[in-house]
Amino acid sequence: MKRPLLITTGTMALAGLAFVLVNTLPGCRPTTTQTVVTGDAASKVYVKPGTHDEFYNMVSGGFSGQLAVYGLPSGRLLREVPVFSVDPETGYGYSEETKGMLMTSHGFIPWDDSHHPELSQTNGVPDGKWCFINGNNTPRIALIDLGTFRTHSIIEIPNSAGNHSSPFTTGNSEYVVAGTRFSVPMGDDAQRDVPISSYKETFKGTVSFIHPEPETGKMSIAFQIVTPAVDFDLSHAGKGPSEGWFFFSCYNTEQAYSLLEVNASQRDKDFIMAVNWKMAEQLAKEGKGKRVPGKHYSNWWNDKTHSSETTVIDDVLQLDPKEHPGLLYFMPCPKSPHGCDVDPTGKYIVGSGKLAALIPVFSFEKMQKAIAGNEVEGDFAGIPVLKYESVLHGEVKKPGLGPLHTEFDANGNAYTSFFVSSEIVKWNVEKLEVVDRVPTYYSIGHLCVPGGDSKQPWGKYVIAYNKITKDRYLPTGPELTQSAQLYSIDGDKMELLLDFPTTGEPHYAQAIPADLVKPREVKFFKIEENQHPYVAKGEKEARVERNGNEVHVWMTSIRSHFAPDNIEGVKLGDEVYFHVTNLEQDWDVPHGFAIKGAANAELLIMPGETQTLKWVPTRVGVWPMYCTDFCSALHQEMQGYVRVSPANSTVPLKGETVSVDAGV
Amino acid sequence: MMTACGGGDAANAGPPGAPTLEKETSSSEAASSSGKAKLLTDADVTLGDIDNGMVEKGKTTYDVKCQACHSMGENRVVGPGWKGITTRRKPEWIMNMIVNTDAMLAEDPEAQRQLEQCLVRMPNQNLSMDEARQVLEFMRTL
Ligand code: HEC
Ligand SMILES: [Cu+2]
Repeated sequence: MKRPLLITTGTMALAGLAFVLVNTLPGCRPTTTQTVVTGDAASKVYVKPGTHDEFYNMVSGGFSGQLAVYGLPSGRLLREVPVFSVDPETGYGYSEETKGMLMTSHGFIPWDDSHHPELSQTNGVPDGKWCFINGNNTPRIALIDLGTFRTHSIIEIPNSAGNHSSPFTTGNSEYVVAGTRFSVPMGDDAQRDVPISSYKETFKGTVSFIHPEPETGKMSIAFQIVTPAVDFDLSHAGKGPSEGWFFFSCYNTEQAYSLLEVNASQRDKDFIMAVNWKMAEQLAKEGKGKRVPGKHYSNWWNDKTHSSETTVIDDVLQLDPKEHPGLLYFMPCPKSPHGCDVDPTGKYIVGSGKLAALIPVFSFEKMQKAIAGNEVEGDFAGIPVLKYESVLHGEVKKPGLGPLHTEFDANGNAYTSFFVSSEIVKWNVEKLEVVDRVPTYYSIGHLCVPGGDSKQPWGKYVIAYNKITKDRYLPTGPELTQSAQLYSIDGDKMELLLDFPTTGEPHYAQAIPADLVKPREVKFFKIEENQHPYVAKGEKEARVERNGNEVHVWMTSIRSHFAPDNIEGVKLGDEVYFHVTNLEQDWDVPHGFAIKGAANAELLIMPGETQTLKWVPTRVGVWPMYCTDFCSALHQEMQGYVRVSPANSTVPLKGETVSVDAGV
Repeated sequence: MMTACGGGDAANAGPPGAPTLEKETSSSEAASSSGKAKLLTDADVTLGDIDNGMVEKGKTTYDVKCQACHSMGENRVVGPGWKGITTRRKPEWIMNMIVNTDAMLAEDPEAQRQLEQCLVRMPNQNLSMDEARQVLEFMRTL
């Protein structure tokens, strides 16, 4: 988000900050691109025409609610996967089959805000099977199947608000978590209708553990832990020695409910919350939890019926940590921590206090000792707070301003983004020493190293996802492109290679070697396996039927005609459902479908798939329909007509395709 | 409206020598060269007495995946009619047209001549070798 920065005279002197004022203070510009980019950068990002990139980069669309897929190192946009928002390119959220994916307990939500893509893992390493992403505003988690690059499953999170510290995964994707940003009052209507000023007494947070079924990708909430009222920001699972634990950064331990900018920035330290999820899992298994109200939708895409299936669940299993000592601990962490990142060895947890001027690194081993030795400094709303000194591995001193988020390479280095000083700082995790720094243009938020939050980072690049673009690209009015920047981390010095524009806000991203994903790709849907209730397997099955005022058209498309392409007998007052089956059985031959006056949308149908457009004619006449996806030399011939008669008409219903030389 | 195989805008025809999309390959090279597929030869296809079980299966496949473009008679729909096709074409040529479609359109003069007339690229409908053989058996009855 392009929010204005609060700049005081005291910070003006700091290099890196000044370019935020780039237009007013030309003299303070940082190093220019020319001096930063070295001669052979171009060859390092050049991907020869007809060849493929080395990595997939899954980048959130932020306020667009989608996920964009880029190739690295070229930065080429490959696909925008619709997730939490309708998509006029693919018909997602418009076709009758896909509408259900966006259903929630609040009804149909056409636009949400997506933040953190997280790749599924096997043995702590991204496996290329799925990509999860969180919907913030109406709390949901989505699972994208990397065989189809489609949203396969979406689950709503009850008793949640501002689903931000999500959807990070355990080492074998047993669970992905969803943590609340906003604490809210929960329970029945009377319990929820309370004065905002009763925040401390009545508001609660939750962290939910969601289980994706390995075979189907269907998701369910295994359990939900109730927490004191704070704001959770980000999270990460432990690994190796810390396997079985989950860490969440939290701010607003002041428990402010107004003007948080000031009121939630009072305390010296907020917390990292450590959750013993193995213990929670066990408690849930033993029936120690309580089922509480929490209506939520679970939507799943069925690849065989080419339709969404929705299940509504009324309650959720909750665990109260006050009843289960040992489940939760707080570790003090300086100043509103954002990133909460576990290094590849699983020994260290890095908190990035976005208002701090240092980076604290916690030791899991020390944390265990502190718990065993009861080294607590008190409690926060009933949860033990461990002593800062007891759990601290050490601090990186004066790394920069506004540390946000950290990822790692395989050589013991961490890369932390600094929003305020607009730079990436590389530092050694064991020694806590800064080894390199490089400016970003401008105001970096998250960053990404391929595999950089896993047990086995692939390294090679760090990518900066910037919040401000300013003068980097050709201007396009008040609204500018958002952007990312690719840096090489192969050498001792980080090296800027490429700027590339992005869609929406590139909030966070992950990258994975293309070879782990490519072999999974589905090229078309097998028509034999199509179980759509209105599939037409061949033109022989193409037909039109009336059911009251519903008219169903079983339609086929193939290069380059529809069957039927002449329909008569539709009357005003009818609802016409075009169920279009694409009969092609080869890669990259979608067909489209559009009809004049469709108040809803168009369709785009992949080979072997069936999709449905609902059309309610409002005027008598003969209405054209055609294929919208350029499919062959005769694409422009791929068209037909629907005749609409008055409500009392007796024109018989029929659909046909007439060939001038139909001999046989 | 379905005469096809005539008219149309030649400039918009599918790219000549478009990539051969081999089913099982995933390397970037696979998509970059055409005509790499190994064509079947006469030794790969043998015909015996007409097998009615195979004809039946071939007809089922035809209805779903071919009928939209090929009639069982002589008339052309999008592609040529199939009546008497096995007297006009060698069995392996027909099989290649079905399973190695892109390679045939890239290399075979007869297939190219048809494309020039029809201006729609025959799609690879991704039949297995067995399914293609069943369709061939069905064609023998036409
Ligand atoms: C989208 C329309 C379309 C579909 C579907 C289609 N074909 Fe074709 N077919 C053509 C066209 C057009 C040609 C002529 C070559 C060209 O233009 O590419 C052709 C040519 C052929 C030929 C050569 C015909 C001859 O007389 O020499 C054979 C054999 C053939 N197709 C088999 C099949 C089979 C088997 C299927 C189903 C699995 C099938 N086709 C599905 C359009 C189609
Ligand atoms: Cu079309």
